[in-house]
This record gives sequence, structure tokens and C-alpha cells, in this order.
Amino acid sequence: MKHKVSVTINGRQSEDEVEPRLLLVHYLRDVVGLTGTHIGCDTSQCGACTVLLDGKAVKSCTLFAVQADGHQIKTIEGMAAPDGTLHPIQQAFWDEHGLQCGYCTPGFIMAAAYLLEQNPNPTEDEIRKGLEGNLCRCTGYVNIVKAVQTAARAMAGQAATAVTGG
Amino acid sequence: MAITTMVGARIHRREDPRLVSGHGHYADDFVRPHTAYLAVVRSPHAHARVVSIETDRAASAPGVLAVYTAADFKGVIAGSMPVAPAFVPEKKQVPERFPIAEKEVCFQGEPVAVVVAETRYAAADAAELVQVTYEPLPAVMDLEKAMEAGAPRAHEGAPDNIGWDMTYSADADQAFAEAEVTVHQRILQQRLAPTPMEPRGVMAEWSEADRSMTVWMSSQNPHFIRLFIGGALGIPESHFRVISPDVGGGFGSKISPYPEDYLVPAVSKMLGRPVKWSETRTENLQNATHGRGQIFDVEVAGKRDGTLLGLRITQYLDIGAYVGTFGAFQACACLLPGAYVWKQVASRTVGILTNKVPTDPYRGAGRPEATHLVERMVDLFAREIGMDPAEVRRKNFIREFPHTNPFGLTYDSGNYEGSLNRALELAGYHEFRREQQAARERGRLLGVGLSTWIEICGFGPSAATAPATGGLALTESAQVRVFPTGSVTCYVGTHAHGQGHDTTFAQIVADELGVPYDQVEIRHGDTAEGPAFGYGTYGSRSLAVGGMALVRAARRVRDKARRIAAHMLEAAEEDVVFDQGHFYVKGSPDRRKSIQEVAFQAYGAGLPEGVELGLEAVAYFDPPNFVWPFGAHVCMVEVDRETGDAKILRYVAVDDCGNVINPMIVEGQIHGGVAQGIAQALFEEVVYAEDGTLRTGSMTDYAVPTANEIPAMVLDRTVTPSPTNDLGVKGIGEAGTIAASAAVINAICDALSPLGIRHVDMPASPDRIWKLMQEAKA
Ligand code: FES
Ligand code: FES
Repeated sequence: MKHKVSVTINGRQSEDEVEPRLLLVHYLRDVVGLTGTHIGCDTSQCGACTVLLDGKAVKSCTLFAVQADGHQIKTIEGMAAPDGTLHPIQQAFWDEHGLQCGYCTPGFIMAAAYLLEQNPNPTEDEIRKGLEGNLCRCTGYVNIVKAVQTAARAMAGQAATAVTGG
Repeated sequence: MAITTMVGARIHRREDPRLVSGHGHYADDFVRPHTAYLAVVRSPHAHARVVSIETDRAASAPGVLAVYTAADFKGVIAGSMPVAPAFVPEKKQVPERFPIAEKEVCFQGEPVAVVVAETRYAAADAAELVQVTYEPLPAVMDLEKAMEAGAPRAHEGAPDNIGWDMTYSADADQAFAEAEVTVHQRILQQRLAPTPMEPRGVMAEWSEADRSMTVWMSSQNPHFIRLFIGGALGIPESHFRVISPDVGGGFGSKISPYPEDYLVPAVSKMLGRPVKWSETRTENLQNATHGRGQIFDVEVAGKRDGTLLGLRITQYLDIGAYVGTFGAFQACACLLPGAYVWKQVASRTVGILTNKVPTDPYRGAGRPEATHLVERMVDLFAREIGMDPAEVRRKNFIREFPHTNPFGLTYDSGNYEGSLNRALELAGYHEFRREQQAARERGRLLGVGLSTWIEICGFGPSAATAPATGGLALTESAQVRVFPTGSVTCYVGTHAHGQGHDTTFAQIVADELGVPYDQVEIRHGDTAEGPAFGYGTYGSRSLAVGGMALVRAARRVRDKARRIAAHMLEAAEEDVVFDQGHFYVKGSPDRRKSIQEVAFQAYGAGLPEGVELGLEAVAYFDPPNFVWPFGAHVCMVEVDRETGDAKILRYVAVDDCGNVINPMIVEGQIHGGVAQGIAQALFEEVVYAEDGTLRTGSMTDYAVPTANEIPAMVLDRTVTPSPTNDLGVKGIGEAGTIAASAAVINAICDALSPLGIRHVDMPASPDRIWKLMQEAKA
């Protein structure tokens, strides 16, 4: 008994027949082939699977694919510009050495995107609290926090440029 | 001769653009056409007889291709899983371990059957349908009870639970006879789960036509896996390929071979299809090897003037149900002397079999335990004689290098006081002592703790490591290929899983050959490429051993290029100078040949006599000694009198890993290492119930810290080059973890000292501290 799902993923329409119990994260990875979204736990603790659902950060291991029917999803593969230019958050993770093994990184970047959307100028404390749903075993979070601060500044700069038209 | 341009520079990692955009290649990202999925049926009991296994219902479930039990693997997988001698050459008993249990299960999670199906979900569903009848046996869970005469056995029919009992040196009597002060302490090292964010995973594809096996997996040392699994399956290395490109962290838990590493390839062979198994987090916490799990009884002897004289140590180590392949590397006695001069050190290690998952290296493997122990004892001693712990350290530091410790190991270089002084200065130690005094008068509990750690790493000289692995030396290999137009590909036998080797190694080669950094490609993690054998990454060895193999191979290439260049320049080879990628005759730098021109020539006609075509080389590096990083960490805490919560106020780390190739990467390694040390000190512990049920089987219960729990850190370094290798480098991957737990716990004990509390075990969670405070009041 399969169900039809129709989802817009990174701006592209996907239509598939799936088992109703198929987790969104498995749908993204195994059916759509977007393996940038990772799986780090089975208790919705680690945040490695974080994606944006209609702009809001969700753990894709806690949703069924069918629940995403008719919605917009953005994954890590959709963050860079079409010409490959990295999103300021991706660039900041690179610049600040905010990743080591890189396994947690897509989840952190998606969670940070939502955090900065909600709060474009967070304090260090707000960043740490805002990312408490994501675990990293490699970095001790030091450079992840720095990366989010750097990204916030870069995005504020971009926004200012956009407003002044320059 | 070449001026260093890349080495020492803060180059951003070349790995990252791929990883930040979701284009990594982790084990679970691979899929082959027609892949079948495997799920493992595991024992819910810590110890039981397997009476019967009923597989029919599972086998007839939708999508199921096969169900296999131990009997099916008997003719396919040969022998017992390997156990290295490590630091304990003579063991009392090493229980046989077949990758899948047949008659007896000895820890919760041990495989008893596997189910293979068309999809992950079908395999997982059918695994639930396998009916195993068990007859539970008493579980051996407590180290001390396990040693009692007549205690239940972790394995039926075993004489007792003692895996090993080895004395490295028995005698500290003289030192204790001269002592004015002795202090005794029992120190616990809780079991920890390494918990890389990527669980393990294995996919195997057997090609009957080619008689060859390809395995994609998450491993820290693919060549050893090829050796072990190929051997057990009777497939020669020439036909067994292990691919492990991006690995989401290892921390020691992806070194040794696991049951699934045998079972998945075996099933692919039996079924004739690619087979994939992806570990769940619960499986990871339950089945991936744990670290630590030790109890130490320690006694220190010294004089009232602060002179340390002797140490007596017994280590009781929880081996788990089987001896981990590299488990005995945790028998760390030879590292216990730390940074200090001792008259005598006596040490014994006892390994005890229990009904838990085996222990094996976890970041630091023996060295965090050794450091924690000696640093705690120095503090307890300082307190006993009423001397500042920094002063006691200064008074006893080793100052002359090379220094041979009581176990015959030679420390290559060091400046222990230099790093301590810098750390105290950065931390504001003396000001803090005054603040602490004032705060105490107001009833607040402030404390400061030091850890002047040292480490043995860079494993290691063949003479020492070949006996420890049971044959293969832990040297390292590299291959450097210069293509006709001058770009370079290097293959290394080490493995990167977060350490950024692709960047660091390219920096080194760019300098050695004088080619642009961007034209140097570094490849690892595929046994079909590069030299015949690679030794993998663990024990902070990659740069000091692997980096040197790369330097050697690059220099071989350069030497050959020099001969060809001399020929092109019509000069004697000795007159040709190499400088930043160019060869020229001494005194006439204008007439020069670039290494690219020479490379092109190397594949053409008219080479000098006796010079073969091509420009590539393989090198193995067998280091003359280990390397010995060191440093000083200072932690300042405040303990809440009401809740027992210990809050880190400031954390300073001054480390010395010799010369630094990429400071940004070195700092990142320290951050992560310190975080894991703090996690051990304050949060993490693997807990089993008395009946052997794992209580910390999910991330809800196993407390990996979030960004909220890890403090900001102040880092600095001193640079004392290693004389052991031409790069002058040591290792840094484990340093933070080795250092941190002692600094944190020393700080907490210092904070609690006004209450008369001497020692706090780990994790120093609020409830543990609160209880100690209540007991102290009573
Ligand atoms: S995989 Fe979704 S939270 Fe861990
Ligand atoms: S970078 Fe490895 S888990 Fe975060």
C-alpha cells in the first residue's frame, strides 16, 4: 500500500510512491538520492538530519515522507547558489574551520540558517542555545559558534548591500 | 634549501567545500545496483545459552532473501577474530570469538542471526520475527566481584575471569622506604562510548566472475581490515578492496574489525548480491567498542619538601566479553610516570573479562588514564604536604632530554616548565588564587586544576610495534607521482576522518617539491591505490609517521628530478641547486629548469644513463622513536553549594606538538580533544544494569555534550621540535582528551577542599558532587 508524495526539494518537484512509514530522511537519501542529509541517531537527538520544511528547521528523521506532501524542503544541497557560490553560512563554516569529519555539518548549517533567519544578530549564548538540538563530536563547538557569528556578520553585510542597492 | 612557504600556514581545508555542500562520501552514501540490506538479530541478554533459533517466519516474510545463523558461516569465515599482544604479550586467556554466536552469547548485542532483504525496512521487520530461545546465565558485571574466587564466569567453562595479570615492574620499595609522606587513592575511569557522529556501516560486493570483493565501510584503517577479513574469507589481498573515503569520526572505535565486517562480505559471497548494513545509533552504543572502564589503586611516596619518590599502581581493566583486537593498548602502565622524575615506579595490570561489549582504544587509549592518575596523585600529594600544586610540578619536572623513564621509554624532547609557566600566566593563576581565597571567605567554592600532561604517540618504531601487533610494524607508507605536466598525486597509508590530512599533507608536498599547492592531490582510504600496505590513523601517528613517509617519497622524487635536471643543464649533479620548484647550477639561477619541465623530460627520450623513465616513488618510514608531545592545561571552576553543579569558568590549554604544519587544524584538534576530556570529567558514562542490560543505549541516555556544555577555550602553544623526525613534528589528535579530565577534576577537588573532600570520581555530575558534599557535612 503505497502513497503518493509530491514535494518541492531545493526548488525541484519530486513525485514518488512511498510506504506510509518511510521516514523523510530515508526518502531524501534513498529515494531522491540526496545523501548530504545524514543520520546520526534513532532518537531525534543529534540533528544530523536537519532540513528546512517551509523554511523551518526540522529533524527529517522525525517526519514521514508523506507528511512532507505538498511542502517545500530545502536540504544542504540546495544552500549554495546555482553557480556553486557557497551560502554565507557554508562559507563561514569553511573559513572558521567549523567542521572536521563533516558528518554533523549539513545539519548544523541548516539549523544555523533557521537560527539566523529568526535572529539575525544572535549573542554567543543565543547561538549555543539555538544549536542545542545538534551534536558535534569533533569540534568542541568552538569554531561552530565562531562560524555562525561570522555568517551573521556576512549576511548582515549582504542585507545592507541589498537595501542600499550597492 | 627550499624556502618554506606552505608549511606553518593557516591554509583553509580543501576537504571543506565538498563537505559543507552535502557532497561527502560516507559509507551509507554508497549504493550499488541490486543492493540487498542486512539487519542483525542480537542477544537481548548479557549472558545466555542459545537453545534454539527459529528462522522460518522471518525467512518467509515479504522481501526477505535469506536468514543466516552461525552454522551458515562456519565454512565461509575461518578462525577467531584477531587479538593483538599490545602491551600485554602474555595473556591468561583469550576467549575464542567467531563473528556470530552459536551456543553462548556473552554480551547484550552480540549477533546471533542476520536477515537479508530487499529493503532496509523489510530487513528490520523480519529481524523481529527471528525467534531465539535463550537460557539466561548469571552476568558478570562488576570488576571486583568478577575477581572473587567462585564468582560466576563471563564464559561458561572458563577457569576464572582473569584475562591477564601482568607486572611491568614490581619494585618501589626503596622509594617508599625513603618516603616521609605517602598518599593512597582509588581512582575510577568510567566506561565511555566513543560515539562518532557517523555510526558504522559496511557494504560489500562480491564478484564471482572476477573472484574479487569490494567493501565500502567506515574505517580508520582499511588495510588492516583487508588483511583480517580477506584472511578470514580466504580472499587474497590482490582481490580484496576496502574503500573508506569520508568517515564521520572514529576516535578509536573504527580501528578494530567488527563482526559485521566479516558477516556482510560473507553474505554477499553467499547471496551473490551487493549487501549493505548500516548501524543504528542504538547498535553503535551497544556494539561499538567502549573505552576506559578501569579502576586504579595508587599510592604515591614523597618528601615533605615536595620531592616525588615513588608510585605503586594496580590497574583493573574491564576487558569486556572478548579481548578487543587492540584492547590491551589500554594497559598503560609504562606511561604512568608522566612528566616527572621518579626514583621507582611499580605497576601491575589486571584485565578482567565481563559480560559487556569489549573495550578497545578510545581517543587517547591508556594515555588519558595514565595522565589522570599521575596528575591526580601529584595534586593529592601537594595537598598532603601543603604545597602549591604548580610548585610540586616544577620541583619534579624532567628537565634533561632525551630522558629514559623507569620503563625504558625515551622521551625525545620537552620543555615542561615552559608550557606550565605560559598556561599559568594566560590563566591568571596567581590572581585567581587570591580571588579564590576571598570567595571562600564568602562561602563560594572556587577551584583551579592543572594538568601537565605528556603523551607517547607516533606509533611507532618497528622494533617496538611489530611485537605489539603480533607481526606487522606500525610504520607508514606513501607514494608520490609526478605526472608529465607536473601535477602530483600522493597516496598515503594513513586515514583521515576529520584531521584534515588532505590539506596538511599537500602543504608538505608542495614545499618539498616546490609545486603549487593546488596541483598536489592527496588520496587515502582505498586499498586498491598506492603502496601495498598502509597502517591507518590512530594514536596521533599520521603526521609524525605518515607525513614523514610522504617527505621521504617526495625527496626520492626530487633526487631523481635533480639527476635529470643536471643532465638537462649539462652540469654535475652536485652542482645543481633546488629552490622552490626550480633546479639551477650553483651561481647561475637564471638558467633554470622547473620541476614541471623536468617531469615532462622524465617521460621523454634522452634521460641520463642509468636513469629509468618516470617520476614517482614509494617510501616507507620506520621512525627511530615515538614522539612525545606535552603541555599544560589549567581549568577554573565554581561548584554550586546547593546543587553540586560544577561550572567551568575558564579553560586554558598550552600545548606543544613540536613544529606545526597548519595551526588552524592543530587548534581544531585541541578544541575537540578538550571537549571529549571535559565530557568524560563531567557528563559521560556507559551504564549497565546489574543484569547486563545497557541503560545508556540511546543518545537520550548517553550524555554527549551539546554546545551549551562546552566552554570557550583559550589556546596557546610552545614549540619544541621533535628530534625524532625531519619535520620536527609530534602529534596532536589526542592531546586535548589526554589532558583535560585531570585539569577539570583537579579543579573540582580544589574547589571542594574546604569541605574536606579529597577526591571526586568521574563523571563529576551534580548528583555525585552533591552526595559527596552531604557526606562531608555529616
Ligand atoms: S538522525 Fe535525526 S536527530 Fe539524529
Ligand atoms: S565535525 Fe565531526 S561531528 Fe561535527
